[in-house]
Amino acid sequence: MTMTPSSQNQLFHRLRRLAASQGPYLALVLLLLVCAVSSPAFRRPQNLLNITRQVSYSGIIALGMTAVIIGGGIDLSVGALLAFAGTVGIMAMNACDTPAAGLAVAIAVMLLTGTAGGAVNGALVTIGRLPPFIATLGTLSIFRSLSLYLAGAGLTTARHDVFMQVGGAVIGGVPLPAWILLLLTALGAVLMTCTKLGRHICAVGSNQRVARYAAINTGKVTFITYVFIGLLAGVSAFLLGGRLGSISSSTAGNAYELDAIAAVIIGGASMAGGRGSMTGTLAGILILGIIANILDMWGVSVYLQGAVKGAVIIIAVLLQRPQNQQA
Amino acid sequence: MLSVSDTIIATQGIGKTYGAVPVLREIDLRLRPGAILGLIGENGAGKSTLIKCLNGMTAPTTGTVYFDGKPCRSLTVAGAIACGIVTVPQEFNLVNDLTVAENIFLGQELTSGFGLLRRQEMAAQTQAILNRLNVALEPTQRVGALSVAEKQFVEIAKALTTPCRVLIMDEPTTVLNQREVKALFELLHQLSQQGTAIIFVSHKLHEVRAISSEVAILRDGELVAQALTSELTEADMARRMVGRELNQLFPELPAVPAAEAAPVLEVENMSVPGLLHDISFTLRQGELLGLAGLVGAGRTELAETLYGLRRPSSGTLRLFGRSVRLHSPADAVQAGIAYLSEDRQGAGILTDFALTANITLTSLARYCHPFISRREEQHRAEHFIRRLAIKTASTQTPLRQLSGGNQQKAAIAKGLDHTPKIFLFDEPTRGIDIKAKTDVYRIIHDLLDQGLSGIFISSDLEEVIGLCRRVAVMRSGRIAGFLEDGHITEEEIMYLATGVKA
Repeated sequence: MTMTPSSQNQLFHRLRRLAASQGPYLALVLLLLVCAVSSPAFRRPQNLLNITRQVSYSGIIALGMTAVIIGGGIDLSVGALLAFAGTVGIMAMNACDTPAAGLAVAIAVMLLTGTAGGAVNGALVTIGRLPPFIATLGTLSIFRSLSLYLAGAGLTTARHDVFMQVGGAVIGGVPLPAWILLLLTALGAVLMTCTKLGRHICAVGSNQRVARYAAINTGKVTFITYVFIGLLAGVSAFLLGGRLGSISSSTAGNAYELDAIAAVIIGGASMAGGRGSMTGTLAGILILGIIANILDMWGVSVYLQGAVKGAVIIIAVLLQRPQNQQA
Repeated sequence: MLSVSDTIIATQGIGKTYGAVPVLREIDLRLRPGAILGLIGENGAGKSTLIKCLNGMTAPTTGTVYFDGKPCRSLTVAGAIACGIVTVPQEFNLVNDLTVAENIFLGQELTSGFGLLRRQEMAAQTQAILNRLNVALEPTQRVGALSVAEKQFVEIAKALTTPCRVLIMDEPTTVLNQREVKALFELLHQLSQQGTAIIFVSHKLHEVRAISSEVAILRDGELVAQALTSELTEADMARRMVGRELNQLFPELPAVPAAEAAPVLEVENMSVPGLLHDISFTLRQGELLGLAGLVGAGRTELAETLYGLRRPSSGTLRLFGRSVRLHSPADAVQAGIAYLSEDRQGAGILTDFALTANITLTSLARYCHPFISRREEQHRAEHFIRRLAIKTASTQTPLRQLSGGNQQKAAIAKGLDHTPKIFLFDEPTRGIDIKAKTDVYRIIHDLLDQGLSGIFISSDLEEVIGLCRRVAVMRSGRIAGFLEDGHITEEEIMYLATGVKA
């Protein structure tokens, strides 16, 4: 075995490691540059703000998905949970006479429903010891079916305008959902990197048995990740419902779980758990949003956009593979 | 030195660096057909890396590997197997849900013309191999139900299905008992007489001395000697491995706990259904109680019960005079108990986590105000690196990059960081080299001096005798008897462990 000079090798390795650790951010910057140069319509500020709004709803859920996946789980039910929480929340709001009370009730009911839905998933996975894929596949069907039933398979429309005023609010030129996405990303990043809970989530996802032997209550940690994503599904339900003034029991949140999982993976997390980051996920969700937007700008058929999205996911994982194998 | 043309495998000046760290330097190894080469060295000396260079798992950075006297460029795993270089790994690569025969033929299944599996033929061939190995296993047994030692033999059987010219065995005897080791050695002799060259990696020098015809000694990535085994004593091997005269392996026995020393742990009639029966013993302040017994006698299960991982169905447990119930490891940690698992990689450490994060894993709450103070964590890690002499590039190095001995020290540091009063050591020296072993003995000794009490589980009777003044011997989930200072011998322990003497 004769060897190549190692200096060249090392440079290659270093580049590869840089690409692996900073890949999502580099890809995001590159994508922005390409899009901005190629399309004047893309680089209009209004378009960019629209993108941030569009990605917020599934983006917020993706933050929860980051915690779940790092903890070694998966949650397929969140899109359906969003529809369910939204439907129940708007119905509760419509039962209130004053707008202020209606708004407060809508927020409370949506967040509580989301949290409760997450708790059900968490209980099935931890107490029921079901594989998360199976448990949340089941609740996906249940949540979607319940919202269809409650809404007679149609729209649940808000009766108070204040709901839409809040959902469509723009603060300092930036839509409210985008602000919330940013805020939650920052909070999530702090949670994962600077708190005991975050470290424990990584430990459980990395090796549950080691975590258990280290006196970590692994069931509780796993449970919390599902409650967290459920809560965020509630937040997303409120923002999406507020934006549209209604929640469609059949289409609201459709495939959000897939976008969220895609964003988490593009953001550098390992499907096997133990590794990932909130900021990476933010980059991932922005990449998905920008691609969808630029394809529109270029006039690519909307039916083909899924193919591009799928290719991006596959390429992202392929690029990260050397790092995954090492671990 | 043997010329390359007379060898089955030879290396010429091979070296390997990971990043900037040289792991192997200028290795000139020669392996004759039919030789049994004992490859020894401390952990981190480069044994595993050298093996990986020979079986195609990794490519050396410099130098050349010769196979049958011909330079062999870009050796791959598949290429190595095609050449007849077969490796029995230290960690098992078996599928628990498949049978013995299915595992042995995994990836090389025999099929009929229509692509259907020839089950009977595979079972018959498996049986033939098992007979040759003299192992009492059925081809149809599920691997998941086998003991560790039996799995080891399945691995060996798997290696023997392919025509094998060089058999590399990485620490094969760690999990075997004496009878099994003897069977393995007979097989190795038989293979070597048929011309198979064998590389036998081990930490147990007496085994290397017993089985090998030649010994290669690695130290700090260099081949410091390759000589006929008959020319070396065990002491010579040990000295060359560490590069200095080995001081006495074991520190002096710990001080005799005063008769009035308070009992810290009292177990009475404790049972766990199917695992432990009527266990009673007392551990005194500053004492290290040895726990001996055959694999499967219930030693680990006892430790796990004391650590809150298993729920006893009856019996009482008193800690420092107070009756307690431990429902979880968190309860045990709270009560002042630390546990070092026998399964280092599976239950002890997070190999992907940095050294620092591993050390503070159990005690993390202490570093949160409310956010984790990385500075405090860092200080703590540095403290343990000094105190336990952990060799690491930095406090942020992932543990997978550390040698087994240093991983073990990190696992001990993790236990110590929650300031336990009782430490349960389960096979603390398994798979680590002599230098690290003496370090671990020294660490345990120092802890006892500082007032810690401990339980010491080990299959290495020499170290149980060298470290403990009192030993409880377990058999089939019961304590078969206690041996006290002055009466602790390997024979007495084995009598109790095997039931020859009740």
